[in-house]
Amino acid sequence: MKGYLGIDVGSVSTNIVFLDEDFVIRETVYLRTQGRPIEAVQGGLKEIAGRLPPGLTVRGVGTTGSGRHLAGVMVGADTVKNEITTHAMASSQLVPGVQTILEIGGQDSKMIILRNGVVSDFAMNTVCAAGTGSFLDQQAARLNIPIEEFGDIALNAEAPVRIAGRCAVFAESDMIHKQQMGCSLPDILAGLCEALVRNYLNNVGKGKEILPPAVFQGGVAANSGMRKAFEKALGLPVQVPPYYNVMGAVGAALLAGEAVYRAGPSRFKGFAVAEARFAAGSFECTGCANQCEVVQVTEEGVVIARWGDRCGKWSSAVNEQKKIG
Amino acid sequence: MRVTFPHMGNLYISVRAMLEYLKVDVVIPPASSRHTLTLGAKYGPEFACLPLKLNLGNFIEAHGLGADTIIMAGGCGPCRFGYYAQVEHAILQDLGYNFQLLILEPPERHISELLVKIRRISGNQSWWQVGQALRFGYLKARAVDEVEAAAFKARPRETVPGSSDVARRKALNVIDRATSFRNLADAADEARTIMANVAVEEGRPVVRVGIVGEIYTLLEPFANLNLEVHLGRMGAEVDRAIYMSEWVNDHLFLGLLKGMRSRKEACAAAPPYLRHTVGGHGQETVGSAVNYARAGYDGLVQVLPFTCMPEIIAESILPVVSADFNLPVLTLVMDEHTGEAGMNTRLEAFIDLLWRRKKQRELESERVPGY
Repeated sequence: MKGYLGIDVGSVSTNIVFLDEDFVIRETVYLRTQGRPIEAVQGGLKEIAGRLPPGLTVRGVGTTGSGRHLAGVMVGADTVKNEITTHAMASSQLVPGVQTILEIGGQDSKMIILRNGVVSDFAMNTVCAAGTGSFLDQQAARLNIPIEEFGDIALNAEAPVRIAGRCAVFAESDMIHKQQMGCSLPDILAGLCEALVRNYLNNVGKGKEILPPAVFQGGVAANSGMRKAFEKALGLPVQVPPYYNVMGAVGAALLAGEAVYRAGPSRFKGFAVAEARFAAGSFECTGCANQCEVVQVTEEGVVIARWGDRCGKWSSAVNEQKKIG
Repeated sequence: MRVTFPHMGNLYISVRAMLEYLKVDVVIPPASSRHTLTLGAKYGPEFACLPLKLNLGNFIEAHGLGADTIIMAGGCGPCRFGYYAQVEHAILQDLGYNFQLLILEPPERHISELLVKIRRISGNQSWWQVGQALRFGYLKARAVDEVEAAAFKARPRETVPGSSDVARRKALNVIDRATSFRNLADAADEARTIMANVAVEEGRPVVRVGIVGEIYTLLEPFANLNLEVHLGRMGAEVDRAIYMSEWVNDHLFLGLLKGMRSRKEACAAAPPYLRHTVGGHGQETVGSAVNYARAGYDGLVQVLPFTCMPEIIAESILPVVSADFNLPVLTLVMDEHTGEAGMNTRLEAFIDLLWRRKKQRELESERVPGY
């Protein structure tokens, strides 16, 4: 089989997908990043290689997510793209005619507006990460319920309670107050979903024209309570596409297809990188007042990439590093 | 008396020129850094905006270098910046730093109000000297802005990555070192040559992006996480709504010098979206957005410090401007975070969006009628 790999290294999850030559999704892997992106990418590659038939040819690799640069130098990516572009790319392929994408991930949330298949506007949370997946995770842990059951419990609510959603810290104290007053768990969870949706629409969706078809994707889309809260707030049907939790990786694979079509054969280093010894570390440059934090990645003890320096003194010292578009 | 003042981008070049022309002993604080921010965030009120925290950090660092007098701009109007000089001074005093404070309130009627204050700082030198010093500082601001504008053009087209910023740094140092009108003219020429010598690929396609917003985050690269450099390296030719020399002419010279872009033009373009002043540069932001749209720019970036009231008003009006002119706008809020990765993700996506729109427009215009 021949095809394309897409790797999305997010704050919470690392997702890898394999698309065949007709860009049909053949295999997906969803792992928790757990603060160790290198191990997550290696583990994911090993897993997907094991599931795919032997004699596989990878014609292109794309990386995305907040760890995209790191993953990109590790595997030898043909394209390294931000998660907004990859999410839009994947939805417009998988959900024809989509006009609004609601995306909530582990540490960020974004809204993408498409018109005629092209991104016409987008917004992403700034300054604060209130209302993202990590907060839901944390609250589920505090209430001692598995995150997977969160949504279904919320769906059983009879009268969702009002919870302050402006700030995650305030939301938590408000929730504790309601809980001590004796409100039921489903009502509290549904109230929390509504508060997060309100916060999202006020902060990220500010001033945007939200038209159907609207899709809800990213890890939090697994939460049926959140989907219901979105439908209630928007007055629109909101669909959760299949592969909603690996859309970034799908988009990266699609873009990898475009990139190798333009620029020729793949730079993919092969599945053997899953066994190589990678290490990443950082140091503070003392060359000037900027005091940049320089990150350095090594493979088998050889420096393969550096970034974070404003002047380029460190990053340009790595000869092998080519500009990936 | 050893005088210091807060950083705001390249402002120090111009203010130093003016003060040293009057033989005032000047202490320039170290460039704003994470250390500056740590000091400011530690001692500043948590809900104050980023400029106050960086100002405070600048003053504490300047104190370490022997400064004993602060010159700070004042202001009056809905933006709370007008109080910052007093608030910062009070905080410094509580911490045991005894500074003498000189506030330059913007003149309301006549430039002479400003001259009187500067003359006092200079130890009562002649009016002629004071006028010349002001002119000297202003000419430096012009030369600096010329270098900045050249860097905006060179950055997206440079053949060696980073070369236009090396040249820019060098050119600014040349201007900073000039000590008389005569060698300033030579320095400005040399700076022009340095910038002209950056190797560029002339025909490389670029997208044009206007940067609008609050003046401090617009002009101070530490506060905006090097926004202009990132945009430039991603292939965007940038222009910014406020240049230092324009601001000096508008606010200190009361628009005395003609023939340059002024806030009046920006404000005149703001109605019907925003008909009156809302403090800070709120109205200018809306008006500049309209002007950039009319000038055919591909997109706009608005920057503001977290909690900035005038820019929040502008932010809520910009979607209407954006829809009317079909011009994408990206708003970036700046606060104490120093990680550039998050901002880069947003900028990269924004530039992608601009490119795809531009290509689509080009395809549409290439279609021959009848086919």
